[in-house]
Amino acid sequence: MAVLHPMRIRADALPLAERMFNLWTLAALMLAFAAVLIAPAFAQGSAPARRGVIEILLEWTPTLAGGFGFNVLISILSMAIGTVLGVLLGVLQVSPLRPVRSIAWLVTQFFRNSPWLVLLFYCILLIPFQIEIFGTTIPFPGWIKAIIGLSLPVMAYMSEYMRGAILSIPTGQWESAESLGFTRSQIMTNVILPQTVKRVLPSWMNLYAVLTMATPLVSIIGVSDVMTLTRAALSAEGRVDLLIPMYLYILSWFFIYCYPISAVTRLLERKYSVNT
Amino acid sequence: MTWTQEQPIVSLKDVHKSFGTVKVLRGVSLDVMKGEVICIIGPSGSGKSTLIRCINALNDIQSGSITVEGLEVNDAKLDKLALRKKVGMVFQQYNLFPHKTVLQNVMMAPIKVLRQNRNDVEQRARALIAKVRLEGKEGAYPGELSGGQQQRVAIARSLAMNPDVMLFDEVTAALDPETVKEVLTTIKDLAADGMTCILVTHEMGFAREIADCVYFTDRGVIVESGPPATFFDNAQDPRTQQFLSQIL
Repeated sequence: MAVLHPMRIRADALPLAERMFNLWTLAALMLAFAAVLIAPAFAQGSAPARRGVIEILLEWTPTLAGGFGFNVLISILSMAIGTVLGVLLGVLQVSPLRPVRSIAWLVTQFFRNSPWLVLLFYCILLIPFQIEIFGTTIPFPGWIKAIIGLSLPVMAYMSEYMRGAILSIPTGQWESAESLGFTRSQIMTNVILPQTVKRVLPSWMNLYAVLTMATPLVSIIGVSDVMTLTRAALSAEGRVDLLIPMYLYILSWFFIYCYPISAVTRLLERKYSVNT
Repeated sequence: MTWTQEQPIVSLKDVHKSFGTVKVLRGVSLDVMKGEVICIIGPSGSGKSTLIRCINALNDIQSGSITVEGLEVNDAKLDKLALRKKVGMVFQQYNLFPHKTVLQNVMMAPIKVLRQNRNDVEQRARALIAKVRLEGKEGAYPGELSGGQQQRVAIARSLAMNPDVMLFDEVTAALDPETVKEVLTTIKDLAADGMTCILVTHEMGFAREIADCVYFTDRGVIVESGPPATFFDNAQDPRTQQFLSQIL
């Protein structure tokens, strides 16, 4: 994890202020790009009956923002569930018991090498829409199934990161803790896992950014996320010239949300690769 | 079997140990009495480190017997916690917990393993840190300390468990020459207090000064042993003579 990438470090060796400046430059570039795309729409929209593209975008913004908020919510919950399960699975992957290790490895590999969309479909089909426990009915709406579906690959990736991080802790840590009388599980929770946090953090944040960008997949299985709402807005307006600006608008939201995360991730990677 | 102070506190009898097909220990026997300080010297690869790692069951052995205060170490049903309460160990690479402060490093095992009262442990930990001459460094992280300072914290951390025997595995081998002395002084203080110490070391001057008995190992066996005066000045075995002539 803490591998030195000489080329990368050079590129990343910019002070934070400059990196932030880069962010704004990119954002400005995107806006300019958007303007170029929207301009023809203005030319067409000069007839009095037709509203301007920007006007329409602004009108739909509250609805779309609600949808985007839902995407963020799904990403946060999937990440939380996937992280907890992934840490457990990663710990099991280095278990001294061979059968436990093998099963954890198999589960990890299975979910790490499955397409996210297929996993989503699987969850929709396999999980019942409600479960009855002692007379109480617990509903399972689509968005909860989506969260479960997305948390599975997160779990698998996290499991691999944890396995790598645990194995990268020097054996001397195990030996010295062992000779102080700690049991294996005490060593894991008190000595090893706390030290894996900073090793796993950059990959974990990167995974979160990837997950967030994958959340529009849930629109395919009927969850009212930003993509579903965008499509609904587009069909309500029924205007072809809206297609590109509107999708670009949504794209820019994801960019603005995810870019800072990956920027900070690279910053952390640089920091920890130099002084582990 | 109950152990009495007249019997050896650590006793090895015909210990054999191999890693795969490589025989590292080929019949090692030695006895250490309570309060004794013994130094194990020898060329690298002669099995010195393996020998002392076997004493606290970090390595298992193939045959023979190791007892610590009468407790048989070479036993599948060994109560490892009971053994580790008796035996403290300090490593060449210090192996402090980097995410904990000096004070936390010293306090962790008594609190988590022995479940002792936090306030009592803290009081004792502060006293131990003072004993290894590191007052004022309680809040520092290991990464902020020199090698010699880290090694002294490691000694304090081990002492916090109140062991009866201390094992030192080449504890000065990774240190800068100027910090070696401070660690050796700490060990000397310990020995003066009556702690049973088993050291693997390359510091011949130190071994001569502190040891009650020096053991020379080569290719998995103890070639020669004796009090430092006779050992260093009047070695009998040609292998010992050759080794000493190379380093003295």
